[in-house]
Amino acid sequence: MNETIVNLPDQSTARIPRDNYLTRENGLLSWLLTGDHKRIAILYLVSITFFFFIGGALAGLIRLELLTPQSDLMATDTYNKVFTMHGVVMIFLFLVPSVPATLGNFFLPMMIGAKDLALPKINLLSWYLYVIGGILVLYTMVAGGVDTGWTFTTPLSTHYVNTNVLSTGLAVFIAGFSSIFTGLNFIVTIHKMRAPGMTWFRMPLFVWAHYAASILMVLGTPVLAITIVLVALERTIGIGVFDPAKGGDPILFQHLFWFYSHPAVYIMILPGMGVINEVISTFSRKRVFGYTAVAFSSVAIAVFGFFVWAHHMFIMGISNYAVLVFSLLTMLVAVPSAIKIFNWSFTLYKGSITFETPMLYAFGFMGLFTIGGMTGVFLGASGTDIHLTETYFIVAHFHFVMVGGMLMAFLAGIHFWWPKMTGRMYPEKISQLAAVVTFIGFNLTFFPQFVLGVLGMPRRYASYPPEFQIWNVFSTAGATILGVGYLLPVLYLTWSLRYGEIAGNNPWQATGLEWQTQSPPLTENFVEPPIMDHEAYDYEWLERQREKEVASAG
Amino acid sequence: MDHISPTIWQFLVKWMTNFALFPPEASRIAPQMDALFFFMVLVSLIGLTIVILLVTSFSILYSRKRHPVAVQVEGSTLLEATWTIIPLGLFLIMFVWGALIYFRVFTPPANAMNIYVVGKQWMWKAEHPGGQHEINSLHVPTGRAVQLTLISQDVFHSFSIPAFRVKREAIPGRYTTVWFEATQPGTYHLFCTQYCGTNHSQMIGDVVVLTPEEYKKWLAESTSGVSLAQNGERLFASLSCAACHNARPDARGPSLANVYGSKLALATGQSITADGAYLRESILNPSQHITQGYAPIMPTYQGQISEEGVIALVEYIKNLDSDYRIQQTLNTTDLPPESEGKTGPAGLGHGGQESPVQAPAAQGMVKP
Repeated sequence: MNETIVNLPDQSTARIPRDNYLTRENGLLSWLLTGDHKRIAILYLVSITFFFFIGGALAGLIRLELLTPQSDLMATDTYNKVFTMHGVVMIFLFLVPSVPATLGNFFLPMMIGAKDLALPKINLLSWYLYVIGGILVLYTMVAGGVDTGWTFTTPLSTHYVNTNVLSTGLAVFIAGFSSIFTGLNFIVTIHKMRAPGMTWFRMPLFVWAHYAASILMVLGTPVLAITIVLVALERTIGIGVFDPAKGGDPILFQHLFWFYSHPAVYIMILPGMGVINEVISTFSRKRVFGYTAVAFSSVAIAVFGFFVWAHHMFIMGISNYAVLVFSLLTMLVAVPSAIKIFNWSFTLYKGSITFETPMLYAFGFMGLFTIGGMTGVFLGASGTDIHLTETYFIVAHFHFVMVGGMLMAFLAGIHFWWPKMTGRMYPEKISQLAAVVTFIGFNLTFFPQFVLGVLGMPRRYASYPPEFQIWNVFSTAGATILGVGYLLPVLYLTWSLRYGEIAGNNPWQATGLEWQTQSPPLTENFVEPPIMDHEAYDYEWLERQREKEVASAG
Repeated sequence: MDHISPTIWQFLVKWMTNFALFPPEASRIAPQMDALFFFMVLVSLIGLTIVILLVTSFSILYSRKRHPVAVQVEGSTLLEATWTIIPLGLFLIMFVWGALIYFRVFTPPANAMNIYVVGKQWMWKAEHPGGQHEINSLHVPTGRAVQLTLISQDVFHSFSIPAFRVKREAIPGRYTTVWFEATQPGTYHLFCTQYCGTNHSQMIGDVVVLTPEEYKKWLAESTSGVSLAQNGERLFASLSCAACHNARPDARGPSLANVYGSKLALATGQSITADGAYLRESILNPSQHITQGYAPIMPTYQGQISEEGVIALVEYIKNLDSDYRIQQTLNTTDLPPESEGKTGPAGLGHGGQESPVQAPAAQGMVKP
């Protein structure tokens, strides 16, 4: 038996279908004015990749500066601007839209058997808002940057720094609406556009994860918008909401900011978890172990995720009893993540596993997310948080979750659905290599930062005591490897657009409705509206379908 | 080692001999916190090992080569309950253990010695009750509970001593506290861990832990000759506080003797315990804190006294146990504020001695 499940059509005769969403219309305007969720997803994919590499270049500068204990590559002010822009770009312009706006946009309607999202024009509007936000961020960089840190802590951001706080705030405000509209669109689509027979518990878990993330986007992001407006008003006309001299309270800013920004972490990770469900199920040929538990754990994360924000403030002088409550809730939110990890592990049990690139990324995700999640518990326990918070421990923790988790999931998803999006396969061997390089580079970059954090090295430091150097050198060395790991996919995926093998409808023999149509899909997704007459991840149904086809063709 | 350039070689030697893996444990709480830390490391390692073992063993056992046809399994309530309840139980243990340590770190013992710390861009100023001032350093004795009362003069800062495993934010406009008991004499890192602007990474210093004898010697050598309370007394006089708070029968303000720690009835009907934070607030924001029976006539001193000045006043009022002291200060009301800097020589020659009384314009927040 072959060690892969790749099931490609005969390459000598196979052709990319002449009519598909890419060829239906031509010209720049047909892209800029499109209402097609698939084209908008591609627009998003191009723009977030652009911003990912800007954020990545900034990360490279940070790691270079930290190679030596002295602040010698750039002035401390410049360093502060670099890490601030790195945070703003990566969080608001890459991580938040990464999976939902690209893969979610493209596949969520197809997975539930819909023609498009419920509100196609709103979908296009959300991309334009994202682009305006992105341009404002680029403008900020050119105009001299901003050095508040991505957390915009008051009163530093309102009264002390004289950099471009307003343009950055405006950028985040506008990009926030892009995220609200995407979330809104997903919620309406999932409620209203499901194909006949597609009940809630027949939806792929990718859709459940996006549903949970969408609720967070719609309910959380407006609070961020309000907070940013208050910061802007405080900075320009001094309304004094956060200014103790006028009877305001800077702690209020922390509450408001983290009320969005903690759920934002789940906005970023939940869609990634959705991707992992699809990938692990497909490459082990098995239904996700405990489908219902995994679906509800996404919802549980979304619900609990709203009630843990103050764990960012354990040492800020909030009441000790508030600390107790938020610490307890933080422990509870860790449980659904643990459930997911074990359910994915047991999905492999009695499967028939192959190790294509998406699966390698998914394995990487599971390992790194486990470390990221467990170290989150170190910070959720109020006692150890005192020592570990505001150090490199926290930097390492959220990079394990966000980069080790989310970015791995994003890459898994991109490779998994690449044949569907483009109609062509990516080259397997080199992409497996890229997955391994990324995994090694990642661990070398971020694991030493846990040690630095335990030693007490504060985050956002341009210089540090010399005994911390060795760990920083490891970290910088790892970052260069990681950089190679991220550049490789851009190169070979671009190459594959022209030279990749023809993929056919369903190269992975996956069960999702998106795989039961041509690649690349038609503009209206399906020739006739599909009817869902089986459970999600039903490989026996797929087998019967194939036999039927063979029989009718024969 | 001919083939390695000597520079690189020196570099490598320096690293191999001078790097840290784990911070020193120099306070009473440090070993307790580390015990929880290592417990969590152990649990994480076991958890990670289980996940890795499951994934690798299933990958080997059920690879397509060995196991060409998958067997569909729906799930298992028992298994799923197991991996819900066991992590939940472990997390709850960590929660309780962590909370115990948290309450220990932020509940100072009654006999703790208090040191005030003011954070400002980009330095730490410590004010000892005996009048010793320090900048970017903190001298403490071993074997004695030390409470820090922190406040920031501008933005958020955070006072972190990794060797003690304690950290607390210094916040503009309110006092926060943390305490520790140092156990190992030595010099340890002091960091600002809350990002506070341009020179955030230079807002660092040393915590010097001394034996009680050495500490006594240090106190004697570095005193400015004027204790914090005495400084407060001068301010009390020069700001003419005693014009109203003089305990005379016709006084326009309440007597302040023994007010610290007492329960006060406010004009709003609320009852409040007068702690340091309350005293600070009633100096800077008096109209919000009127004692029952008095008219709201006290002007605000916001922008007229620096945080160090307020600290001195609070310390003075704290130690005020009879009205006699106040009657005495009446006679010194004419003392000009300028004499402040002359009487108190700089503690350690750090040059951080600015007059606690500042021109109103110089204080407060700078508009961007």
